[in-house]
Amino acid sequence: MAETFHIVVCAGIVPDPLQTLEPVSSPSGPGLKNEMVLPAVLDPWAACSLYEAAQLAAAHAGSKIWLVSLGPKAKLQQVMMTVAQKVGFELVPIDGPIGGFPDAHSTAAALAEAIAALPGLDRSRLLLFGGWESATRGAGVTLQLTGELLGITDQFQGVDQITLRGDGSFEVLERVEGGKHQVSVCAGTPAVLGWATGNLPEPRNNPQTGMANMRGILPALQKARTASLDANTLRYVSVSLPAQQRETRVEKNLSPDEIAQELLQWITAE
Amino acid sequence: MEVDIACVGFGPAMGGFLTTLARQWTEAPDDPAFASRTMPGMPLQVLCYERADDIAAGVSGVVTRARGIRDSFPELNPAEIPMATAVASERVFYLLDSVGASRRSLTLRAADLLLRSLGRVAGVRDSAFELPWTPSFLHKHGGLVLSLGQFNQWVGSQLMAGGLVQIWPGSPVSEPIFSGSAVQGIRLADQGVDRTGAPAEGYMAGVEVRAPLTVVGDGPVGAVSQAIDRHRGLPTGHAQREWALGMKFVIELPEDSPELEPGTVWHTIGYPEPEIFGFLYVHPERLVSVGIFVPSWMGDASRTAYRYLQHYIQHPALWRHLKDGTLRSWGAKSLQESGQHGEPFLCGDGYARIGENSGSTNMLTGSGVDEAWTTGVQLAESVVELLRAEKAFSGENLAATYEARRRASWVEHEAREAKDARNGFQGGLVRGMMGMALAGLTRGRLHLPARAPAAHQQIRPTRSGVAANELAKLCAAAQAGGRPLHDAVLSARGWPEVAFDGQLLVTQQDALLMGGKVQAMPGFADHVAFRDPRLCAQCAEKTCIAMCSGQALTQGTGGVPAFEREKCIHCGACLWNCAHSPGGEQANVEFRAGAGGLHSVEN
Repeated sequence: MAETFHIVVCAGIVPDPLQTLEPVSSPSGPGLKNEMVLPAVLDPWAACSLYEAAQLAAAHAGSKIWLVSLGPKAKLQQVMMTVAQKVGFELVPIDGPIGGFPDAHSTAAALAEAIAALPGLDRSRLLLFGGWESATRGAGVTLQLTGELLGITDQFQGVDQITLRGDGSFEVLERVEGGKHQVSVCAGTPAVLGWATGNLPEPRNNPQTGMANMRGILPALQKARTASLDANTLRYVSVSLPAQQRETRVEKNLSPDEIAQELLQWITAE
Repeated sequence: MEVDIACVGFGPAMGGFLTTLARQWTEAPDDPAFASRTMPGMPLQVLCYERADDIAAGVSGVVTRARGIRDSFPELNPAEIPMATAVASERVFYLLDSVGASRRSLTLRAADLLLRSLGRVAGVRDSAFELPWTPSFLHKHGGLVLSLGQFNQWVGSQLMAGGLVQIWPGSPVSEPIFSGSAVQGIRLADQGVDRTGAPAEGYMAGVEVRAPLTVVGDGPVGAVSQAIDRHRGLPTGHAQREWALGMKFVIELPEDSPELEPGTVWHTIGYPEPEIFGFLYVHPERLVSVGIFVPSWMGDASRTAYRYLQHYIQHPALWRHLKDGTLRSWGAKSLQESGQHGEPFLCGDGYARIGENSGSTNMLTGSGVDEAWTTGVQLAESVVELLRAEKAFSGENLAATYEARRRASWVEHEAREAKDARNGFQGGLVRGMMGMALAGLTRGRLHLPARAPAAHQQIRPTRSGVAANELAKLCAAAQAGGRPLHDAVLSARGWPEVAFDGQLLVTQQDALLMGGKVQAMPGFADHVAFRDPRLCAQCAEKTCIAMCSGQALTQGTGGVPAFEREKCIHCGACLWNCAHSPGGEQANVEFRAGAGGLHSVEN
């Protein structure tokens, strides 16, 4: 495995999950009410992969990180004001529609095209990072498809950790059923890694990192090319939010064991 | 780090400042005045640091005349801003006590009795009497009903797209950097620290951002404003003694609710307590903002907001519209209500103050957003003037430009008229309303005398309205970790228990999750602290707990309230809801810079 990496992180933006989200139908398909005005955040799964990328790049001087993101330019800019303070990267924005319902094939094609066109990208050193799952309401296959379109066949999903072995290969911990990890060894780059949560905390906001990033982000946003995703490839029959249950009770006198017992009864009664 | 202009807080005042500055730059990008002094070859480096996690989070719904805002956006179309609409109608109601638990004076009881007996003859409907006439100074004709969160987001999006201004959310500013009396920039809050502020895992010392000009617009309880006031003091005779907590719900009305036209504005007085004013603003798409103001002159040591707000919305005059509605969002903020009595030095060497903490809120018209916006515009015009004249941002130059502009403007003229309008409220609602009318109708020429004591002295523990022996029992129960004292006191006074429906009437903790959704990034120190724990231990009433909007303060060990940073919405109420002082004007609560808070753009 090369000692330096070219890491491309694919990360969409999603409405801040702390907002009140309300599904609506529109002529262009399902969406969320007032989605354009809801604050957005980087897709939480993909954000974990960005932090992992930053740590890997920091440990291997000369490595580089690109953050490829497809979404409305104005929303991307807002999200960058938070993300850019955390780790250093070069933004590759693709101006596109909001929402997580576009066809994963169209989205992957737009991402792959943008990645293939990155100046200076050495595909032999490429690690394609992203989220294993997505909060974008997508089908959860965009990253795999992007990798396929770029001709990368070594793909890992649900990754929590990679360990370099010094010979160009690396060991991957992938989540599998039953709360266990599957250990794989990959011979080397290029590879696709769809991250689960990883093991890293969210980096601190660093204003110096933010200022350094911003010098490249604003020009990149101004030059962002537009992707017109094919809206006719999918037809959504129905969309609904997961049902929420809320039952609050203030208890001051129960012991933790009693509370745990009651929770257990409640869960098993479902 | 060195920049040209460091800004603290992103609210309407900073929106006005940055919009005006960015627009002037856009019109003349090659003007050497806009060349960076700290980064040669670049345009001005203008950085704004905001505590909240998003520029749209944690603010409030308002009705505003929007004169200054419309001056900045002459073609403003409210339809472009979600939840915004033009003011369509304004009504003022006196709400009768529909429950029988309100702490009313004999005068108000007599008024209630008279109105009830006259009934519909006097226009009383649903226990509410609509005032047949309201003075013009209360009107917001031609104004806007806004969600300030949505407005801020709308302004911020345009600013960031312009390219001159960087706005960094999630970045609390802990203090200004002083050099003698001059401000040379700001210091961001330390990260990776424990609750006490001691370095912990991932420690990162707060970065110093040095700048020739620091613009302070950090609101009524901002840490930078507080530090400057401590360092420099207030002008002679000035003090920030009058406050209020505004708390509100954003409610989606049921489909079959009686018609409330978007742009409808109601102001109410008299209920749930005589001191508590209320409002209802109707946004488009069946959304309403409905809330109350709990003022510092309400001397009750058990004053609170959340439960009163629940009783307020159940008043028959409001409930007929709100019943079966759905709570979408919730929020609260402190309002600095001292007006010009609390005005600090507006500028000094290297800094200028704009917005609410600069004393811009008009206490007669109850208007602050438009005034704050306008002070930001005035400062931006002054900054450009100084840049073009190649003059330094000295206190003298800022006074000759910014302060002079402000003094000559409608903001100042109307603030002078309003200066003493609230003097009467320390003597009760009736006296307060008379004082407002006197000052308003004579344009400030006549007014009642002022006698507002320090905020901590306005809390009168003896006026609980509950028998002493019963109060002692309730205090003991609260100390033992039972029901919060204020809640028990309200029930003892006769306020009915709130029948939670899980949709609109929800527990205070559920409100934290349903609408406002409170969150705090890890790694920051507690921003609420108590100066002298012994004073807390001696304090029976614990008004700080009663008024804590997010129930972030609760009974703690040894009599010192426990603080949960993750529940704090940064309303700042604890700062002025403490009856004990270690000395001077200050109370026993410290409110410092901190991260996190509400996450709702509907506020």
